[in-house]
Amino acid sequence: MSSPVTTIDAGHGDHGHGHDAGGNTVLGFWIYLMSDCLIFAILFATFGVLASSYAGGPTGKELFDLPYVAGETLILLVSSFTFGVAMLNMAARKTESVISWLLATFLLGTGFIWMEVREFTHLIAEHAGPDRSAFLSAYFTLVGTHGLHVTAGLLWLVTMMHQVARYGLDGIVRRRLACLSLFWHFLDLVWICVFTFVYLRGVL
Amino acid sequence: MSTAHSQPHADDGAHGSLASYTIGFLLSLALTGLSFGAVMSGAVPHAMILPAIVGLAVVQLLVQLVLFLHLGSAPSQRGNSVIFLLTAALIAILVSGSLWVMHNANLNMMPMQMSAEHAMAHE
Repeated sequence: MSSPVTTIDAGHGDHGHGHDAGGNTVLGFWIYLMSDCLIFAILFATFGVLASSYAGGPTGKELFDLPYVAGETLILLVSSFTFGVAMLNMAARKTESVISWLLATFLLGTGFIWMEVREFTHLIAEHAGPDRSAFLSAYFTLVGTHGLHVTAGLLWLVTMMHQVARYGLDGIVRRRLACLSLFWHFLDLVWICVFTFVYLRGVL
Repeated sequence: MSTAHSQPHADDGAHGSLASYTIGFLLSLALTGLSFGAVMSGAVPHAMILPAIVGLAVVQLLVQLVLFLHLGSAPSQRGNSVIFLLTAALIAILVSGSLWVMHNANLNMMPMQMSAEHAMAHE
């Protein structure tokens, strides 16, 4: 296990940052993210087509609580920033700080998911569940898929906090953190489209 | 490993700094505030709201792509940037094509409550 790490570090020693350690892995992960982007593009297109198919049910204007969505947006944005600070600490080889900032990111991400689950249960309790209309089916599929991604990111964050604590910031751990950082920032990008095209456009 | 650790961590601009993350965060915060403000305040003319929030979203996407995901024309990032541009083109075709086709399908569909004679009189 140790020889590939040494090779990677020796080959890119003059950079020494996560992106360069195992650059091909990060590139491959980026290609995965772009294919994930296409999944979201299809879900956004589906939502766009069905956005006014209310089937006599409630509309976005009646259902969406914009201050609440602004709160979710703020939490996710701050978590994107805290992950950035974790990556800066990784570059500076501050193991303890990396774990603290990853923990902050994890808590913010958990807060976001908690708010989203509360929002969904509230909607379902108001008989505005995914089976009410095509608009709501598309809404739950799109926003739910984003939520599942964030949940996967939370599991990955726990895993990485454990790995940083156990193995330190070696080449493999830094490469994995570089991938997770792309994943986490990417989810914030998708959320920008969600709050603009689903929530804000929905109440217009 | 020790040789890698002894190397200075040169910042070639592709990995960001506290300043770039802070600027990215503050810009995103401002752009998000403007988007929600445009819809919630009622100060913006109704016809202008949708173009405004779409424009703000595009700007915020670019801000985060450059300052958080470090996309750019730096040699180490060129591959990622090209792959992203191709994906963005695919997304544009996919989304605009779907909306356009379904919009036309809706326009050309015979309304349920309209009789065949009525529809033919419309021709």
